[in-house]
Amino acid sequence: MDQVRKTVVLEGSRGVAEAVRLCRPNVIAAYPITPQTHIVENLSQMVADGLLKAENIRVESEHSAASAVLGASAAGARAYTATTSQGFLLMLEVLYNMAGLRLPVVLTAVNRGISAPLTIHNDIQDSLAARDTGFVQLYAEDNQEALDMHIQAFKIAEDHRVLLPVLIGMDGFILTHSFEPVSLPTQEEVDEFLPPYKPVFYLTPKAPLTMGTKTDPEFYTEARYMLHKAQQNARQVIVEVAQEFKEKFGRFSGDLIDTYLTEDAEIIFVSMGSLVSNLRAIAQELRQEGKKVGVLKIRAFRPFPFEEIVRAISGAKIVIVMEKDISLGATGVLAQEIRAAFYGKANVPRLSGFVVGLGGRDVTRETVLKGLRLAQESDHLCTFLDLNPELLEEV
Amino acid sequence: MVRTALDYKGKLKPTWCPGCGDFGVLTALFNAFARLDLDPNNIAIVSGIGCSSRLPGFASTYGVHSLHGRALPIGQGVKLANPEVEVVVVGGDGDAFAIGGGHFPHAARRNIDLTYIVMNNRIYGLTKGQVAPTSDVNFRTVSSPYGNFEEPINPVAFAISVGATFAARGFSGKVDQLTDLIVAAITHRGFAFLEVISPCVTFNKVHTYKYFQEKVTPLPAEYQPDDRTKAIEMAQVMQDVIYTGIFYRQEKLTYHDWISKIMEGVRPVTPKELVLSQK
Ligand SMILES: Cc1ncc(C[n+]2csc(CCOP(=O)(O)OP(=O)(O)O)c2C)c(N)n1
Ligand code: SF4
Repeated sequence: MDQVRKTVVLEGSRGVAEAVRLCRPNVIAAYPITPQTHIVENLSQMVADGLLKAENIRVESEHSAASAVLGASAAGARAYTATTSQGFLLMLEVLYNMAGLRLPVVLTAVNRGISAPLTIHNDIQDSLAARDTGFVQLYAEDNQEALDMHIQAFKIAEDHRVLLPVLIGMDGFILTHSFEPVSLPTQEEVDEFLPPYKPVFYLTPKAPLTMGTKTDPEFYTEARYMLHKAQQNARQVIVEVAQEFKEKFGRFSGDLIDTYLTEDAEIIFVSMGSLVSNLRAIAQELRQEGKKVGVLKIRAFRPFPFEEIVRAISGAKIVIVMEKDISLGATGVLAQEIRAAFYGKANVPRLSGFVVGLGGRDVTRETVLKGLRLAQESDHLCTFLDLNPELLEEV
Repeated sequence: MVRTALDYKGKLKPTWCPGCGDFGVLTALFNAFARLDLDPNNIAIVSGIGCSSRLPGFASTYGVHSLHGRALPIGQGVKLANPEVEVVVVGGDGDAFAIGGGHFPHAARRNIDLTYIVMNNRIYGLTKGQVAPTSDVNFRTVSSPYGNFEEPINPVAFAISVGATFAARGFSGKVDQLTDLIVAAITHRGFAFLEVISPCVTFNKVHTYKYFQEKVTPLPAEYQPDDRTKAIEMAQVMQDVIYTGIFYRQEKLTYHDWISKIMEGVRPVTPKELVLSQK
């Protein structure tokens, strides 16, 4: 079925599963959690149908899933897992460990809100908790990009200049459960693009080694510094991989950031994930009314593209960050980082940060236009849009 | 004041699928509360995540619907903070034996005085039908399309082997017997474990009511629940009959009995002790 490149209509989860299958992982470990389930169920079916030669372990929790892929990767295997929300949070301890051990696991972080209160709907508070783990972090806007990102992710992760785990943020339900036409590469193409994983260090009887031994103060800082350095190397590697991807598959699928109508824009919206598509549509509409509006998409959240962002939006008068997350007690995470990017720079635009779409609340055209109006009136450090005052009674 | 089952009914209507086994558990639980004439304000029902873990929301008692797998430690926290409260922990077999499996042996061997009811449907219901640690070998699900090949955990045998001082099994299709078992579990001093066979009519097409109705049999009248080895043996009978009833019961000091002894001796630190501990 992989002989010719095909355009097919697939559920987002299935597209990811197909991409993962094409990358030939040796080990998959996962625990079910809505809305990640379809990805892993598709992979289980592929293993059952003999379409994917991978060891598939249905472990007893996400902590175990992350630990199992850590072990598999340490043994030199290409390893994959997927989770969301509470499951993602339960993985966190292991994620730090995985990055510290420089193991290039790929993880689909389906994005869903976190408890309490319990929600199964989308926002991106979950995977942003991994901000400082050392994971390379990419966010997909649509299903084609999600599919492509997975193929790129293994290559970025396994590059010897990087050797870090990569997570792909993908909006739960909005992407995972929606059907879109996607171009599916052939196995041959993917094999050429992504050769088998060649670990630098791995657990083999030929050269015994211990991973993760205790360090004293004379080593620890250097180990962390090298992690940081690997993140910085990833910046270049992401760009190179994007180019190579374009050459091989005939389409550019993005690198660190993406811009839409930003060149002469006076107002620029900034966001990540599927919300970017809504913002593109609104920007287009506003352009027709003669308003100079553009959109900046953050595709790579780690390594954070400080320079690229500043270059892309410093010509604007007003920057409006729309994000489905909140660093409680501070501001939206993205707004915080965009502000940091501008510190000490010339031509700093005005900037407003809005928190929208938490726990699956729709971000409508009206939501965005309200944000636009407010940002034009004055700067907002961190304002929640669409709050229902009736639900805010003091107790 | 004599209460009825209705006194424990909450304002939310259960969201379970029509025919779900968990309805039987809810009914039996309310019956048991009424029979013991417990004050709803003195009951806390603590659960994890799963279809079965939605139960606290349907009761008029206090409740915590917490995190997947964490019901037992949270229930223990409630009990420690207020030993007067009747703590009933509820949830699914996945919650208990997969993600929360690490907590079970410790709650049991601690012999903390609470009741733990696990609704066993041998599948993950809430996430729509994946294999569970209680699923049979060869059982096919969306996550095990080539059949499960991991041995199932037997909840009652497991509970007894890790030190539960009360272990019983009921069936949600037999509400009267289940009520008796819940009453016995709540009145037991110490960690009381009750497995309830509670079919998932939507996703488990193998372990149905019919499947269980043909097998479920009360333990023989002469059976004495005082022999651990015998209890584990009887709990593991699974082929043609599946026994229900109290498999094991033992009187032992509870965690709270131990703690209260220490608490009795608590006194302020003397200035002299402070000086010494600074050295
Ligand atoms: C940390 C975490 N991982 C996974 C999930 C998804 N999840 C919710 S309930 C459940 C299992 C449900 O099975 P069980 O506990 O047996 O309860 P049932 O629904 O069958 O009553 C899973 C995997 C979650 N909520 N949190
Ligand atoms: S899915 Fe199964 S366990 Fe969940 S409510 Fe429906 S019947 Fe009950």
